[in-house]
Amino acid sequence: MRLIALLLALMLAQPLPADSNLPPAYWANRQLPDARQEARAQSLMEEVRCLVCQEQSMADSDAELAGDMRDLVRRRIAAGESPDQVRSWLIERYGSWVSYRPTTEPASWPLWLAPLALLLVGAFLVQRRIKLKARR
Amino acid sequence: MSRAIRFAPLALLLIVILALVWRLATPADTTVSSKLEGQPLPVFQLAAAVPPKAALETADFATGQPRILNIFASWCVPCISEVKVLQGLKRRGVHIDGIAIRDRPQDVAAFLDRNGDPYERIGADPQSALQIALGSSGVPESFIVDGEGIIRYQHIGPIEASDVPKILKKLEEAR
Repeated sequence: MRLIALLLALMLAQPLPADSNLPPAYWANRQLPDARQEARAQSLMEEVRCLVCQEQSMADSDAELAGDMRDLVRRRIAAGESPDQVRSWLIERYGSWVSYRPTTEPASWPLWLAPLALLLVGAFLVQRRIKLKARR
Repeated sequence: MSRAIRFAPLALLLIVILALVWRLATPADTTVSSKLEGQPLPVFQLAAAVPPKAALETADFATGQPRILNIFASWCVPCISEVKVLQGLKRRGVHIDGIAIRDRPQDVAAFLDRNGDPYERIGADPQSALQIALGSSGVPESFIVDGEGIIRYQHIGPIEASDVPKILKKLEEAR
C-alpha cells in the first residue's frame, strides 16, 4: 500500500522550472509584416547558433534566450540593418563561433582550402591510374 | 603499389578513431565567454527592476571604483546560493549592481526578501537585450567593471565561496 502511494506520489513530481514567468518577446515567434525583411531575418537566424542549445540554430531553438535573440534580429532587420551587420554585431560579442557560416579569418582558411586540396589529390590519383592502365 | 601505401587508409582510419576517442574522453568546453573583456560597457539605460530601488544605466559605472555587475533572475536556482556569497562580498565593501533577466517586479522583490539583497541598483532586462549586448549567455553571470566602465573580467556561473579570493583579486586588479 505504502509502495503504491509512493509510486503515485512520484507520478505527481514536477520538474523544477528553469524558465522565467514572462511570455516570449514580441518578435520571437512572429514574422515581420514585410516578407522580404522576414526572409532576410530568417536566413540569418538559421545561420546563428543558439547559445543555450549549442547544436541548434537560433531559428530552431525553443530556449527563451533564442527567442529573445530572434526578437533582437527581427527588430534590427526591420530597422534597416543588413543581416551581415547584425551577424558581425553578434560576432563582436560571442566570437565567430556563434555564426555557422565560416568567416574568412586565417583560422578558417584550412576549411576553405580543404575541398581544393582534396580535388587536387583526387585528380592526381586518377591521372596515375590512367597512366598505369596505358602502360599495361 | 608499395606495401606502405596500401596500409595508408587503415592508418588514416586509426587516426580518425583516435581523434574521436580523445574528443569523447575530454569534451570540449561549451561555456560561451564574452568577447567584451577589455571593452567598455555597452551604452544602456534600464528601468528599475524593483521600484523604488534605483535603476541602472551605463553612467552608474563611472564612479572611479570597480563594481560587480551581476546578471541574475528570480527563476534561476543557482542564483539563490550565489546571493549569499554576494552578501559576503558586500560586507567586505564590494559594490554590486544587478540585472534581473526576464523578471517581474513582484518576483524579484520576493526573491530578495527570501534570499537577501546585496545590490545597490537593479535594472530590469525583460527581453535579455542587455544580456545579449554584453555577450552573456545565461544566468547567473558576473562582470567586473572598473571605475571607467571598462569590462575587466567575466565570471560564468554562480560565484561560489571558493571563487571569492579570485573575485577579490580581479577587483583589486581593476582598481
